[in-house]
Amino acid sequence: MRKVNQKGWFFVLPVLILVAFNALVPMMTVVNYSVQETFGNNQFFWHGLGWFQDILRSERFQAALGRQALFTLMILVIEVPLGVVIALSMPRAGIWVPVCLVTMALPLLIPWNVIGAMWNIFTLPDIGLLGYFMNHVLGLDYNMTQDPVAAWITVIVMDVWHWTSLVVLLCYAGLVSIPDAYYQAAKIDGASNWSVFRYIQLPKMKQVLTIAVLLRFMDSFNVYTEPFVLTGGGPGNATTLLSIDLVKIALGQFDLGPAAAMSLIYFAITLFVSWLFYTLMTRNDVK
Amino acid sequence: MKKRAIVPILYIAFLMLPIYWLVAMSFKTTQEILGGFSLFPRVWTLASYRTIFTDPTWYWGYINSIVYVTVNTVISVTVALPAAYAFSRWRFLGDKQLFFWLLTNRMAPAAVFALPFFQLYSAVGLFDTHIAVALAHCLFNIPLAVWILEGFMGGVPKELDETAFVDGYSFPRFFVQVFLPTIKAGVGVAAFFCFMFSWVELLLAKTLTAVHAKPIAATMTKTASSAGYELGLLAAAGTLTIIPGAIVIWFVRNYIARGFALGRV
Repeated sequence: MRKVNQKGWFFVLPVLILVAFNALVPMMTVVNYSVQETFGNNQFFWHGLGWFQDILRSERFQAALGRQALFTLMILVIEVPLGVVIALSMPRAGIWVPVCLVTMALPLLIPWNVIGAMWNIFTLPDIGLLGYFMNHVLGLDYNMTQDPVAAWITVIVMDVWHWTSLVVLLCYAGLVSIPDAYYQAAKIDGASNWSVFRYIQLPKMKQVLTIAVLLRFMDSFNVYTEPFVLTGGGPGNATTLLSIDLVKIALGQFDLGPAAAMSLIYFAITLFVSWLFYTLMTRNDVK
Repeated sequence: MKKRAIVPILYIAFLMLPIYWLVAMSFKTTQEILGGFSLFPRVWTLASYRTIFTDPTWYWGYINSIVYVTVNTVISVTVALPAAYAFSRWRFLGDKQLFFWLLTNRMAPAAVFALPFFQLYSAVGLFDTHIAVALAHCLFNIPLAVWILEGFMGGVPKELDETAFVDGYSFPRFFVQVFLPTIKAGVGVAAFFCFMFSWVELLLAKTLTAVHAKPIAATMTKTASSAGYELGLLAAAGTLTIIPGAIVIWFVRNYIARGFALGRV
């Protein structure tokens, strides 16, 4: 049990000051904008909750939220099981382990807009590797700047390419922490592969899987740079996810009030769903 | 070779394809790129790389990025160390709430903060400086560093602290000479993650800079749109942004899995 020591506050003070400076001041700015109306000249008027009502009722916001929810759902449904399968089939020891870990971690270390640019080059219809393969080898009509379905698939595949490794590495960390004795005991009992997975590997991975799902939810729900660089939100508004729409309103049209209200609603949704995931996934844990 | 090795092999091949294409593109001439499809560069050229290394707007982008990323990593890890120690060893008023509040900052979409950050850092006169980007990235890197370090410190038995104090170590001496060497893997992993997230983030870095501290990634987007569409140059710049990440990842390769689990395995 940890000792009570109020001096702990002095230890966390520098962290508190730095994070508060970065989090509270901008957050108050956003709250401030969200309840005011301006007609230029830096004159602001009290607008109450008007912006919040406008945003929640606007079809544009609902459509962006719908696209965002669909995107995040697809990401979780594809990346989490895929990551588990890859982690299970990775070697546990030997020279291939560092090779696997380093190559798999590589996409995580590439700046996000470079990822967008890289996939753009990769998917160009006639001169990109994927684009050429789809159009001239498979004979499909693939052009993601014109076809919304192709754009969606490309954005999803890009995210799978970028982030599945995070799930893999997390699950792998959980798997290597299982002592060999567990597997030997299972072998003696004649356990099937499925029961080894269900009763030994999955419980050990549970904690890291919780982290993986939470991180993947937060990051995919807040994603901005990669899809923006790849598709610019297009064709039309097909891939305009929440963050892209928010930046369009805030920096493109400079509608500060609605953008601020939208920011707060957006943040509240992220917090609520993260909390929901966390509670659901840890509710059976021993207290 | 075992049958199940096929899964990681296929996955790694899938990961390497776009990277290969980027690297191959960076060695092609613009003529060849626009002229049609070729799997390998027919004529190898270093022209794109030469442009980057001789044009100050390009190579300063790299220097700027590396400067603010390094400053951010140093700040984040330094302030996170004592905080993580306090969270892992002691209970104090509001500790759980504070820890959770720190983590909520990782959930805030960067897009939400872009405009207020611009106004805040302009107001304090730090706009377009390296320190502005380094401080702004503390928003998500400090909570992460605290989280990782707390995980690693939790694995160190409390008896270590107690024995050291019985032996007459003062707290600062104990922390630097005994405790830090014990968790150096954790410090390395925390530094790696701070480096990584500061290196890949662009939205805030771009918002907070104009000329003097502009990150390489922003130089890329600007150049790509202004100078027509020079794919070779873009590909070469992109290839160069992969290298720092590949270097740091090699140093922490043995701890990376545990690091991604945030020290909690």
